[in-house]
Amino acid sequence: MTLASGHLGSLGMAAMNQPTLASEAFQPQLSVSGLTVRRGERLLFADLLFELKPGNVLLLRGPNGVGKSTLLLALAGIVRPDAGTIAGAERTDLHLLNYQSGLKARLTVSENLTFWQAMNGASGLTVDVALDAVGIGGLGVLEAGYLSSGQLRRLALARLLVSARPIWLLDEPSAALDAEGEALLGRLIDAHRQRGGIAVVATHHDLPLVDQAGVETLILGGAA
Amino acid sequence: MSAFRALIGRDLKLAFRAGGEALTLVLFFVMVAVIVPFAIGPDRPQLTRLAPGIVWIAAFLSMLLGLDRLFRNDDEDGSLTLLRHAGLPLEAVVAAKVIAHWLVTALPLLLATPVLALLLSMSWAQWGQTVLALLIGTPALVSFGALGAAVTVGLRRGGLIAPVLILPLSIPVMIFGVGMLDPLAGSGATLFLIALSLVVTAFSPFAAALALRVAGE
Repeated sequence: MTLASGHLGSLGMAAMNQPTLASEAFQPQLSVSGLTVRRGERLLFADLLFELKPGNVLLLRGPNGVGKSTLLLALAGIVRPDAGTIAGAERTDLHLLNYQSGLKARLTVSENLTFWQAMNGASGLTVDVALDAVGIGGLGVLEAGYLSSGQLRRLALARLLVSARPIWLLDEPSAALDAEGEALLGRLIDAHRQRGGIAVVATHHDLPLVDQAGVETLILGGAA
Repeated sequence: MSAFRALIGRDLKLAFRAGGEALTLVLFFVMVAVIVPFAIGPDRPQLTRLAPGIVWIAAFLSMLLGLDRLFRNDDEDGSLTLLRHAGLPLEAVVAAKVIAHWLVTALPLLLATPVLALLLSMSWAQWGQTVLALLIGTPALVSFGALGAAVTVGLRRGGLIAPVLILPLSIPVMIFGVGMLDPLAGSGATLFLIALSLVVTAFSPFAAALALRVAGE
């Protein structure tokens, strides 16, 4: 636990070091109406309607295969919906975190992160600070192929920190994370919300969020 | 622009770290030239006459061999999906990957051509012209290749289908690439090859990006 609070401390310090970052609150507005998505012949969901304001978290619940990941892909602009509109989710406003982390085993941990920082814009924490924040600070020079799946997941989370983007789309973000990692995830999402960010999270576990206000749950597939 | 460079840099780094992959292509390229003299007999004038064609065939085949790597690895580890949210448009992402792919698969072949010139008893003037033709023609081959790789990225055995798809498209490159070396052809073939290469290189990122978007669904 002491280790965990140390990481939180370094994250807070980094935010203080970059005053532009702390003062620049996000103003995202994600609204979805009439959203209908089909995969092949199967209708996954129809006429979905929700609106998220700064600081909101939407939890997607439901059994496997009900379309949680597909909904996230639709919000991310990867899957084209059959009907309905998604407003406010610009391509460069969002981060997608799913089971495919886009990390290269042959590149070192810092090289992986530096690459995504260059691609998505260096608008967030620096690489070293972000690695510290997710608790893999000492591993920067290691090839990512040597990391455990939990450490890889932490590295994938660090990608969200190096480029500040208002909308996080997280698909089972706590997969492979230990208890301390889950607590870390909760803190990261909380910090993101405090800056006005939105998170849409598909999960089977309850997230350890401090502030439950503004947290909505959407249950897909009827009785879950 | 820095994102563009970062992507090229990453792909080059990965190619060198993976070790032998680029070297395999060069080895294949040289091997084709090694076996040809044994297959058609040690008739020097005949070898010299056939040399440009053989070099083009060797280059074409080794580039087909490396094609599958262009998008498949990035598709399998999810990078391709995440790159769609990058600061760069997908078209620029494809362009950067095509440039990196050319540097990894075509440039080493150009550097290996002196070996082929020796094996196929080419004159140095002929060698110089062959290098020039490859320099102009290989961007077109890589660009057609990007198209084939993008269309087949979602298919499990796409590695076999992509070469068949781009074969007919690549034939004009071969015709004018070898035609450049014909002393009677004049500059027509050269100009046409340049035009072909420029047009294909300019259009292929858009076409390949479109194919990748459809494959992502």
